[in-house]
Amino acid sequence: MNTLYQFVAGPLLWIAFALFIGGSLYKVINLILLTQKKEAYLFCFLSWKWSLRSILHWLTPFGPRNMKLHPAMTVVTFIFHICLLLTPVFLLSHLILLEESINISWWALPDQVADIMTLLIIGACIFFLVRRINSPEVRYVTSASDFVLLAIVAAPFVTGFWAYHQWAGYQPAMILHIVTGEIMLVAIPFTRLSHMLFAVFTRAYIGSEFGGVRHAKDW
Amino acid sequence: MADPAEKIEEKKAIPSDDNIVDEGLEKGAAALTEDKIASVINQVIDEETGARLKVYVDTCIHCGLCSEACHYYVSHDKDPQYSPVGKIKQTIWPMLKKKGRVSPEFIKKASQIASTQCNVCKRCAMYCPFGIDIAYMISIVRRICHKLGVTPLYLQDTANSHSVTMNQMWVKEDEWIDTLQWQEEDAREEIPSLRIPLEKEGADIMYSVIAPEPKFLAGLIYQAGIIMNTAGINWTMPATPGWDNSDMAMYSGDNEIMGRLKKSHFETAARLKVKKIVMGECGHAFRSVYDVGNRWLGWKMPPVEVVHAIEFYYDILKAGKIKIKKKYEKPVTLHDPCNVVRGRGLHEKARYVVNAICENFIEMHPNREHNYCCAAGGGVINCGPPFKMTRMTGNRVKADQIRTTGASVVISPCHNCHSGLEDIVHHYELGTEVKFISDILYEVMEKPE
Repeated sequence: MNTLYQFVAGPLLWIAFALFIGGSLYKVINLILLTQKKEAYLFCFLSWKWSLRSILHWLTPFGPRNMKLHPAMTVVTFIFHICLLLTPVFLLSHLILLEESINISWWALPDQVADIMTLLIIGACIFFLVRRINSPEVRYVTSASDFVLLAIVAAPFVTGFWAYHQWAGYQPAMILHIVTGEIMLVAIPFTRLSHMLFAVFTRAYIGSEFGGVRHAKDW
Repeated sequence: MADPAEKIEEKKAIPSDDNIVDEGLEKGAAALTEDKIASVINQVIDEETGARLKVYVDTCIHCGLCSEACHYYVSHDKDPQYSPVGKIKQTIWPMLKKKGRVSPEFIKKASQIASTQCNVCKRCAMYCPFGIDIAYMISIVRRICHKLGVTPLYLQDTANSHSVTMNQMWVKEDEWIDTLQWQEEDAREEIPSLRIPLEKEGADIMYSVIAPEPKFLAGLIYQAGIIMNTAGINWTMPATPGWDNSDMAMYSGDNEIMGRLKKSHFETAARLKVKKIVMGECGHAFRSVYDVGNRWLGWKMPPVEVVHAIEFYYDILKAGKIKIKKKYEKPVTLHDPCNVVRGRGLHEKARYVVNAICENFIEMHPNREHNYCCAAGGGVINCGPPFKMTRMTGNRVKADQIRTTGASVVISPCHNCHSGLEDIVHHYELGTEVKFISDILYEVMEKPE
């Protein structure tokens, strides 16, 4: 068990981070180069001002009309994404490991807060799952991959919660936690989780079109 | 307990889009093989699209939040097949996933969905949290179907007319000139000094219209003549091909013809050395000149300034070049056409104009950028009689919107919207009149004695 732990928390972790960072850079650079090569004209419509206008409006809870039409989804999505980004980065246990390993650290979330945030993420995943199954318009465009993606996102938090509370089978849970976390990192650039990287570009473009050319709001 | 059965009866009564037979789609699809389909799809994807399409497909998280944006989806009691992403699922996803290896039957269905169940109105782009331009993807589907020769018959016929005559309605050159002179003559009975100047080099404004105006709405040219002359505008209309600003080729996926049309339009304006083009109350023509056709020709913005009628009326009313005798009294509402509102932000100017000429203006809800599409634009009405009921059943929400206002007139500053709304008003028995701004402006303005 200990050798396995050493492996997943050691070399495998480095590989996962390398794939996550390298893959993300590759994807973004590829997007820019491919656009430059085949659709360079798109760049002449891009503007910082209109991009930011659109991005900021869509980062404002209940700013866009569509968010008002789906209040539950809006609340859950905001909580989900905020917790998803903050919890792993500011979790005390992660920071301790980081400090032991490469001697850097930063402010950490109180454990209880992180615990609640983890539960919120798991709850949001359940909400997304139920919505996917129950809402006809979502179910219609759902394929197996959508459930796999949801599982990839939920898994590190479920196992992390389990391991933190040291329930039965805590040691395998810890290993599972690390492995599922690594899977998620690697999945970001190579699956539709890549919206984490691309959303800013798609919003910037449509925002620039609506602002600069169409003189209309896009929210 | 009678209720559920009745509901089923009612649903059966709605004509299904699945049973429509269109000769263009049937014959086009019959001539296809899977190899041909795959080669065309891959050619379009590889050579005419780039990272944008890829990122749109890879970023879509299948959340379905675009659904509410679509009038077809809302009007079909939230049938997911009609949601924007639902239409993408039935068209571009399988094409990409199977690397183009789809059946002729699939292409036929995809063409029907892309050409008749989507108006490329881009309302969904405002509802997607990522701002994915779904209408762009639908345009790619139309482009593929065009290259495969599977386009609805009536739409293809219109594109053919563009190709042969450089106008949408097979109007011959002499008929065009004749119509303008006929309208000039008629309007002179009202204003004896009135001119519809043809080929006047160096005029400030070239006025351009869509071919249905000379073909069967010549009265609109008459009204334009009265408005231009009263406002004292130095204007002209071309007597050569290039006068028609419309463009159904843009919607049939025939980009090459679109390019020829726009080139001839811009070159006509350049030849006449005008300062700008003012166009009649048409939405798709504006999109073609301002957004799509110019870009195909390599112009970021149109090479000649293009002003839509709404903005032109705004300018002349604001400058006091036209005075209002007595405002229009009937209660009116305003339909915001996608191509000049979501496409050009003219909604506030339209309200200024409507308030300047009408006594009693009632807002439709939702409005401005969020207004529901007319279901006629995007080439859908040009797909002709086989698809009329697609537009009617697909836009019940528009009928509800208009009915709720209680207005007796709906103003629609766009030709496609105008015709589409007339059909909707008739089908849903709303009893509302559909008018252009110029209909009312002409009626209420002060004219020179």
